[in-house]
Order: sequence, then structure tokens, then C-alpha cells
Amino acid sequence: MSDLLITGAVVWNDREAGDPREPRPGEPADLLIQDGVVTQFGRVDAPAGVRRLDADGLSLLPGFVDLHTHLREPGREDAETIASGSAAAAAGGFTAVLAMANTSPVTDTAEAAELLYDRGRTVGLVDVIPVGAVTKGLGGEELAELGLMARSRARVRLFSDDGLCVQDARVMRRALEYLKPFDGVISQHAQDASLAGAGACCHEGEISGRLGLPGWPGVAESVIVARDVHLARHTDSRVHIAHVSSAESVEIIRWAKDRGIKVTAEVTPHHLALGTELVASYDPTFKVNPPLRPSEDQEALRNALADGTIDAVATDHAPHARHDKEHAFEAAAFGMLGLETAFSVVHHLMVTTGRMTMIDLTRRMSRNPARIAGLGGHGRGMGVGRPANLVLVDPQRVVTVDRAASNSLSRNNPWHGMSFKGAVHATILRGEVTAIDGKVQHP
Amino acid sequence: MAHADSKPPAGHPIDPAGRTVLSGNEIGRCLRRIAHEILEHNKGADDLVLLGIPSRGVELAQRLAVILSEVEGCGPIPVGALDITMHRDDLRSQPTRAPMRTLIPECGIDDKVVVLVDDVLYSGRSIRAALDALVDLGRPKAVRLAVLIDRGHRELPIRADHVGKNLPTSHSEKVQVRLAGFDGVPDVVRIAGGDER
Amino acid sequence: MTKHLISSADLTRADVEAILDTAASMHDVQRREVKKLPTLRGRTIINFFFEDSTRTRSSFEIAGKWMSADTINLSAKGSSTSKGESLRDSVQTINAMAVDALVIRHNQSGACQQVAGWVNASVINAGDGTHEHPTQALLDAYTLRSRIGELDGKHVVIVGDLTHSRVFRSNVITLMTLGARVTVVAPPTLMPSGIGSWSATDGFATSWDFDEVLSGEDRPDAVMMLRVQRERMSGGYFPTPREYTVGYGLTRPRLATLLQRNPDVLVMHPGPMNRGLEISADAADAPSSVILDQVSSGLAVRMAVLYHLLAGEGSAA
Repeated sequence: MSDLLITGAVVWNDREAGDPREPRPGEPADLLIQDGVVTQFGRVDAPAGVRRLDADGLSLLPGFVDLHTHLREPGREDAETIASGSAAAAAGGFTAVLAMANTSPVTDTAEAAELLYDRGRTVGLVDVIPVGAVTKGLGGEELAELGLMARSRARVRLFSDDGLCVQDARVMRRALEYLKPFDGVISQHAQDASLAGAGACCHEGEISGRLGLPGWPGVAESVIVARDVHLARHTDSRVHIAHVSSAESVEIIRWAKDRGIKVTAEVTPHHLALGTELVASYDPTFKVNPPLRPSEDQEALRNALADGTIDAVATDHAPHARHDKEHAFEAAAFGMLGLETAFSVVHHLMVTTGRMTMIDLTRRMSRNPARIAGLGGHGRGMGVGRPANLVLVDPQRVVTVDRAASNSLSRNNPWHGMSFKGAVHATILRGEVTAIDGKVQHP
Repeated sequence: MAHADSKPPAGHPIDPAGRTVLSGNEIGRCLRRIAHEILEHNKGADDLVLLGIPSRGVELAQRLAVILSEVEGCGPIPVGALDITMHRDDLRSQPTRAPMRTLIPECGIDDKVVVLVDDVLYSGRSIRAALDALVDLGRPKAVRLAVLIDRGHRELPIRADHVGKNLPTSHSEKVQVRLAGFDGVPDVVRIAGGDER
Repeated sequence: MTKHLISSADLTRADVEAILDTAASMHDVQRREVKKLPTLRGRTIINFFFEDSTRTRSSFEIAGKWMSADTINLSAKGSSTSKGESLRDSVQTINAMAVDALVIRHNQSGACQQVAGWVNASVINAGDGTHEHPTQALLDAYTLRSRIGELDGKHVVIVGDLTHSRVFRSNVITLMTLGARVTVVAPPTLMPSGIGSWSATDGFATSWDFDEVLSGEDRPDAVMMLRVQRERMSGGYFPTPREYTVGYGLTRPRLATLLQRNPDVLVMHPGPMNRGLEISADAADAPSSVILDQVSSGLAVRMAVLYHLLAGEGSAA
């Protein structure tokens, strides 16, 4: 393992009040990394033969952690593979991604989880942490082998039937209870199937009414959020609300947090930044589940992310082969790409506007998601001895998104042609540079 | 574009730079002469059906029908309108416009002598379209053509049987026919544009 | 004129009037012995139907043939689409055959708009999901206009399952384009979401109470009853067909009220009717009913649409 010296970067680490073992946030520093951990910071004189990364004018952040990624392998390797998805993650500044269980076969056993974990290790660009299914085959009825997955080499802590909501309150309750001994958490895709059925594909409102598309009302999300925070309170267990999309859900989460209920929540860059009006063109690129919402919801989500009601940004990176998107809107696949653009969108929307600080951003994109998923090696400070999972960003550089220039195998990119201030420059996983300016660096 | 000058939309302004080639009175005399020719050629008014080609051909046909029945002292001469829009060969060179109604007199056109009436004969393409349109409506005994103005420049082997006035023109000139009933201004035929002569 | 006819909103008032005027001439052709015009000779029109519709398809087919176009019917049922071919692949295969127009019926909203972005041909929407059915709205406007004259200031009432009706969506647009006022009536469960914000537009109103609209100050010049689909009747949207009829059917007493207030009122229905449910037999067969006129207008209106979209300058070559 080669050593690395990062020089001159403004460091944005999450230092507990005045801890002298950590660099001071907001100030430039050099960082020496040896054997994957930080060994020196401040003014560092480079030892002979060390690789240098000149970072004057750049900002150094803890590597991002994505609580919500679809890698499609095994099963749909034409849309994405662990290798291509890892590359996209590294390009986007991520050092760990949680890979959702809705693959084929489903990740509902220890063996399936270890397979994913091991393949991720082999690729070596990002830590691929499997998300375990809550129920067998995502069927919503019988619990999957939650404990075996937790005990496996993959150390699964986050469980989700993503794409499908755990509809049955009794199953949800049992799962929440059962996870407690190993501090697991359920990431719930909140969608009441009787209020937003399989056809629901557009925010229910004036636009869906005019377009004649089956509506997906915000209340189909918030009734499940309400139910699940009550179940979390009752079981004293942890629930995590995936891709919160509505203002009503935010209110409930805020209410629950005020009462000490163990609820956490994530929001996607697209629900923060893109509105339901984009669907008026019937372009399935903008078809996503939950659907893009009106500006009132977007505004509530931005406020909730800024004030911490929503803990984390998660991408819900959902690659799809072109032909799965080129159906009539109702029949086209749900989902959009997100790994490579997440930082730029969030930085542009939340930090350049003054709604969040850079430290807030590192908490939402690194520390909080790492804690929610129980990842000890990510989202930490930058003091001596810390694992060097880091990202260098350029807060001044403006990027214009080109869907053709992507490490993903898919092109369902809703950000195509848009420009954002803030770019990922380099990603460092345990001291190894995994990507520079969107290009993957193979060790 | 060959027809655009002969059928401007109603209310089209008259080019003030033009000169009058037929006055209202002269138009009236032309029509009476044409009526006499028709009767002479047809040996009376029997079996005559006049079909005007919209827009101004229809008014001319109606006026001719009145003159014919006056001259012949017979009952009303059957008169109608034959729209050619759907049969034109230049549809693709201009924006579409709604066709006028085709109105065939109750007696029909089978075994009748149909006289097509138009204001200006130019390339002959309108008349080609009219002949095609007629075929789908029935089988006349004979078809004749009466026009107020023949300005030359034929592009098809078509000639008029009855002509109000032969008017040599250049391509760049515009012949403007105005009729009281259709245009709401006094009858006149003017020529405008082109080289000064 | 527009290249594609996807939404009724694609047509300006002048466009609609040109189409309706043309349709009047086409109606004459329909009565002739030789029902053929050479206008679209050499053009190819494909009727690509992803959803069954004998009536609309044959209407487009005959309209195309009477205009001398070569019309070919393709049904996506049993074709590769049911094997999972993408919509884009399906239509691009057809587009590669250099057709001039694609008349598309699809069971999903927006399909025609998507297709228009993928092909060179003119795309004509023959009904897409619960979105729009612009030629139906044109033929309804034609029927109305030929009976009650210009629609400026006229009051048309549309009653029934608005949520799932493409006929309603297109009709509201076309009628209002022509200056008519529209009141739509349905139980709250069959009102499209967000329709409240449509009401902001002048001349558009919504109501849950059919009788109030019938007896209101603004007396209707025409009442259009929409079909209630069988699959909506199982209790999800309203309790029973009986209850629906009592609240929203054009019953004999309601027809009497209408006629009393306006003897020239017109009764319309896009068909097929559920007699005894949304419309009573008395109303369907009354002298006020123009339901059969609607059917016969369809051909003339579609000929007019084909003419204006395909015959002129700038049409797909």
C-alpha cells in the first residue's frame, strides 16, 4: 500500500469541540496517509517517495456514504454491475454504498450478502455493504434470515424491502423487534399499496389530473411513516425512512424525533431539486418512486435537511437499461441515476445558497449515513489513526452534466444538461485514490 | 403559387399602382356575350348546368345563369359550385386551407352540358383539377369552359370555349378580379406589378 | 397547422375552425356515389392500435382510403409488443418504412407524445390512456356546431367519469378554444385530482350536483354524458350503479327539466352507451339526441384532420 500526502486542502472534518487530535475544520492542512490511515496532519514534510496530491483551493471531506444504491448485480448486469456501480460511486466521491436487496436473486440470505460483499471487495473502488431484505424474496410475509445476515462476513445492519414497502404492520413490528439484539435498522420505502398501487407513477395533483396518469399521493407515504414511527416507539427499535418525498412525512418525522423516537430519514438529491412539472413531457427519465413532488414539498425537504430533521442524503441510484425506460410512461421502469451527481446537486442547492455549511453537508452525506448503517470505518474524523476514507472536492468548479460521460452502464440521467457549482475531484478509499475527476484509478 | 393571384381572399386590397383593364360595365358586356355564345353553341338552354369554381367563379356562374334565363326567356338555369381544393396538384407548396362547399344542382350533372366558370384562366391547372373533380360527381354529356379573363401562359393542353377578354400578361403581373357580391367593392379587373409598359 | 395532433391544445381556434369547415365539405363527399378524393394519393398512413377499438380504427381507415392514402392497420395485440418490445422499438420499426402518418391508439397516457419524439411521421392521437382523444372532441364540436351554430358563449355540460375520460379532457380544451363555457359534473371520486385549479380559467366550472346544474341560471345548450366503465362499478368509486343513476344519470325526469328550460338542448354521448345507467333510453332516443350524428361526423372530421396535417406545406414527406 502506497503512502499519500494531501497538501493544502481546506479540511472539513467533524471535530468534536476542540479535540486537539483532529485538524481544525475550515483551515488548510496537509494530511499524511500511511497504510490506509492518517498518520500526520498540519504542516507535513513529505517523506521520500510519497505520492503527493496537491489540493490547494480544494476542500477535503470524509468520504460519502450512500444509504441507498441499486447495483443491479446479480440479475440485471446489462443495467449495472458491482464494478460499474462502484466506479460511478467512486467518481461521485463515495467510499461506501449500501446495495439494495432487490436483485435477482434477492439478498435475503447470508450467502447472498457475502457474495455481494466479496465482489465489492474484489472490485475495490468502494465498500459495497449489502442491504438485507426484511422478508423472504421481498414477499412481505415471512422474515428473511436477518440474524444470519447480521452475523455474516458482510455484517448486514440495514434491512429493506426497498421498492416494496413492508405493508403488513405485524410483519413490520416483528422485524423491528427481532433486529434489536444486533442494532439493526429497517429502511422503509413508505408506500401504502392501497393508496398508491402498482400503476401509480406521478405525484397526485393537478399535473397527474391533466396528464391522465395514475396518481401517487403524498398521503400514501405519510400514513406509512406515521405507522412506522409508532411501531418504532412501541418496539423501541430503529426505523429509517427511505427517500422522504412529502412535507407531511417531514412533519411526522419531526414530531417523532421531538419525542425521542428512534427514527432517521434520508432524502434524495432529485426530490430536493426536481419538481413534478418535469413529468408533463411524459419523459420516463423523470419517472421515479416515490414521484417528483411539487415545490411546496421540495421546500419542506430542503428545510428538513438543513435543520437535521432529515439526517442524510441518499441517492437511490437506480440504473435502467435504455429499453426498460422506452415504454409508455406508466409501463416504463422507475428510477434515475444519482451517484455521480449527488455532491454537485446538494452543494449547489444547499451550500452555495447558504442553507447549509460544508460541515452540515459532510454530516448529511458521510457521518450520519455511516452511523445509521453502523459503518465504523466511514464518516469519521481525520485525526491520527483514522481510516483514510476521504473525498477532495472543488467548491468553485462548475460542472455541466453529460449523460454520455458516466461510469454507470445506464443513461437514465435526469440531470443531463444541467450545471451545478461544486465538483468531486478525487476520492480516497483507505489511502488509495479510487477516482480523479470522474476517472476511475485502478490500483 | 400559380393560382394565388387569381383567387385572393375576400377583402384583399387592390394594388393602387395597377391599371384597370375591365370596368364594371365592360364585365357586364363580357358576360352577356359569353351567355349568347353559350346559347348559340348549345342551341338553346336545354341540359345546361353552370358550375362556378370558387371563389369568384361561383358569382360569375350565378350572374351568367341569370343572363341566360333572361335571354332565353326560360326558367332558372341550374347553377352550382365545384370546389377543386382536394384535387389540386400544388397542395404541398402552401399551407392547407379549408375547401369551399361543392354544390351540385338537384338535377345532377349526368348527361348534362356542364359549363365550368372561372374568373381567370392561367396555367390551366385549376381546370385540370376541376375536370378530375367532375369525374367523381357524374358523367356529363359535355363539359365547356367559360372564363372572364384568359391571361395566357398555359402549362397544360387546355383552352377555354368562351372568353370574356384575352389579356396578354407577364408572369410577374397580377390580375385582380373584384366582384361586388364576393368582394363588396364595385366590379373591376385590374392588372398590377411586373414591368412598366 | 401543427405537424402532430397529440393534444387538443395543439390546435388554435383558427385550426379548429379550418378543420370543422373542411369537415363540412367532407361530409358532402360521404353522400356521393364516388366517395374518393385524390388528395393524399401516394401517402401511407398506419393505424397502429395498441388497444382494441373497432369504431375509431375503421373510421380512420375509411377516412384515409377516401382521401386516397394507403392505410394499413396494425394491431399491437399479438405483435412483438406483447413479448416485451419497447414502445420505441415498435414504432421505429414502422417509422423505418417511410410512412407519412402514424395514427396511434394506446392504453397508456402520453404514449403518442413519446412516439412523436421518436419518428419522422406525423403522429395523430386516436386516444391515449386516460389522457386525450382530440379527434373525438373535434367531431363533438362539429356535431354541436352543425346543430346550434357557433359555440361562442354556448354552455356545455359534461357528466360522468371524468378521472378516466380522455374524451372529457379533449372536449374541455376544444370547446373552450371555440369560446364555449363548460361545466363538468361528477361525484368527487370521479373528479381528476387538481381539477379545482382548472376552475380558475374563465368559463369552466365543476359541480357535484347534476340537478343544480340543470336548474341553474346558466341553462345548458348541450349535455354530454360519459360512459361509465364496468370496471369502475365494483364499489371503488361509487356504491352501486343504481345510486350512480340517481345522482348522475340523464334520466327521463332530468331530460324533461332540460327540455322545459331549453327545447333546443342537445344530448350527446361518445358511446358505447350503458343504457339505463348513465343515460336513459328516453334520453338516448329523444329528438334532442345527436348521438348518431356524432358517429357519422367522425369520418368527415378525420378526413379533414388528415387533409390539414398531411396535405399542405411542410407535411411529413
